[in-house]
Amino acid sequence: MIRIEDVTKVYKTSTRPALNNVSFEVDKGEFVFVIGPSGSGKSTFLRLLLREETPTKGKIYISNVDVAKMPRRKVPRLRQTIGCVFQDFRLLSNKTVFENVAFALEVIGKPAHTIRKVVPEVLELVGLDGKSDRMPNELSGGEQQRVAIARAFVNRPLMLLADEPTGNLDPDTSQDIMLLLERINRTGTTVLMATHDHSIVDSMRRRVVELEFGKVIRDDARGVYGVGN
Amino acid sequence: MRASFVFSEVVTGLRRNVTMTIAMILTTAISLAMLGGGLLITQTVDLTKERYLDDIEVSIFLTDDVSANDESCTEDPCAGLRKSLEESDEVETVIYQSRDEAYESFQRIFEEQPELVELARPEALPASLRVRLVDPERADVITEEYEGEAGIAQIQDQGVFLERLIDGLNSFRNITLVGSLALLAAALLLIANMVQISAFTRRTEVGIMRLVGATRWYTQLPFLLEAMVAGVIGAILAAGSLVGLQLFVVDGVLAELREAGIISLPSLLYTVLIVAPVLLISAMVISAITGYVTLRMYVRH
Ligand SMILES: Nc1ncnc2c1ncn2[C@@H]1O[C@H](COP(=O)(O)OP(=O)(O)OP(=O)(O)O)[C@@H](O)[C@H]1O
Ligand SMILES: [Mg+2]
Repeated sequence: MIRIEDVTKVYKTSTRPALNNVSFEVDKGEFVFVIGPSGSGKSTFLRLLLREETPTKGKIYISNVDVAKMPRRKVPRLRQTIGCVFQDFRLLSNKTVFENVAFALEVIGKPAHTIRKVVPEVLELVGLDGKSDRMPNELSGGEQQRVAIARAFVNRPLMLLADEPTGNLDPDTSQDIMLLLERINRTGTTVLMATHDHSIVDSMRRRVVELEFGKVIRDDARGVYGVGN
Repeated sequence: MRASFVFSEVVTGLRRNVTMTIAMILTTAISLAMLGGGLLITQTVDLTKERYLDDIEVSIFLTDDVSANDESCTEDPCAGLRKSLEESDEVETVIYQSRDEAYESFQRIFEEQPELVELARPEALPASLRVRLVDPERADVITEEYEGEAGIAQIQDQGVFLERLIDGLNSFRNITLVGSLALLAAALLLIANMVQISAFTRRTEVGIMRLVGATRWYTQLPFLLEAMVAGVIGAILAAGSLVGLQLFVVDGVLAELREAGIISLPSLLYTVLIVAPVLLISAMVISAITGYVTLRMYVRH
């Protein structure tokens, strides 16, 4: 599904590479934690997959297409197959829960009748049925993140990228969000999640890829956060 | 493309920066109104020229001696002059007006002012050759060729008056067009600014749109349309004020000049059918291009 080959990323404004000769593969349907200290390159890695950035060197294959060499006009299509969730939710504050999720479909030209059908379905999946007319500021942090996940998932992406999705949430709420991501993973969606959260990684026992100074220093099929350091 | 989505984005965008939008609309409107004004003046010049050129003659006034002694232009120098004029390629027709005929026409012209007619004596009026030219604007050729020849007292080109009128109109038009260009530059900057502000206030939305895979059309069309809508509103205001100006000011103030046949003004239909569409299309093209270039330069897709 994803194959990273010798990827190095050096940002124009810095001398040290954010990613340094990184190679690994992710199969379809996997759940992968990407961990590492701040500045180790986790977000950079996710941005490369989204073609928000291009690698300085190396190849990034998603479904056998080299994302780095993809012409610009094909990038939107790529992004339609990838869902994204962030620490800061990134909801539109002037739109309701329903409208926030519908927005993701409207802007890729999905017809209104499809939107009316699938948005309630995905809101139910994330446990927000009954709250579709709320504004984001009328929701708890956990609920806001559910809206963000619903928006990322509503177009049924092949993979979901989550960059510290629990970074702003308390442990209990984080657990709920993890359960939700697991449920999404069980539908066959590949999930890549960058995180600092020890307890989550330890309790899930999923594959862990650990970065340090832009290098992969560990790749455990059923890892925990601290071991190996 | 979902029209309702783009439409609601455009409306929200315009309302979000109301002051900016108004500034841009007004600048565009004034600039385009001046451009339209320039077009109307150009048209006035053309119509006035057309109307006059048909009637314009060069009058060759003959000396006292000829006027008194050669009643019907049968002797030289009058007959010779007439023949040479008639043979010239520049000349269309030549009509001889004797002293008596000149007096008659004088009486006709001033029949309202009998004192004046009474004062005038036929002897004071010269006989003349009235020359119509193939190209009325080439009167100076005739003047140069015949000036000072025997029997000629003075050559008068009516076109000189027309030229003065047209020069006046033309410089007025040039001032209008220069002003319009300056304001157009201001309007361009305002459009660019408006698009940038709009893109900035909507950066979260655009960020999400990019992430979920919206194409460039979807992310940028709202900005372009926003600029174009504002431009079109400006053009409508400009066309409206030109029509208003024509109805209430020009037709009022200049009506006498028009009735006296001194200038020919373009009709309202010309403003509505020619000038207004020109303004509309210019506004759309200019705002679309400016918006597009601004997006290319400042807004990352
Ligand atoms: N846009 C950028 N321009 C220049 N340097 C950058 C940019 N983004 C990240 N970096 C640098 O690249 C390195 C990796 O950053 P990255 O954001 O990938 O780290 P991270 O692992 O996500 O960190 P954190 O856990 O704090 O989010 C850091 O040294 C950072 O300073
Ligand atoms: Mg990060």
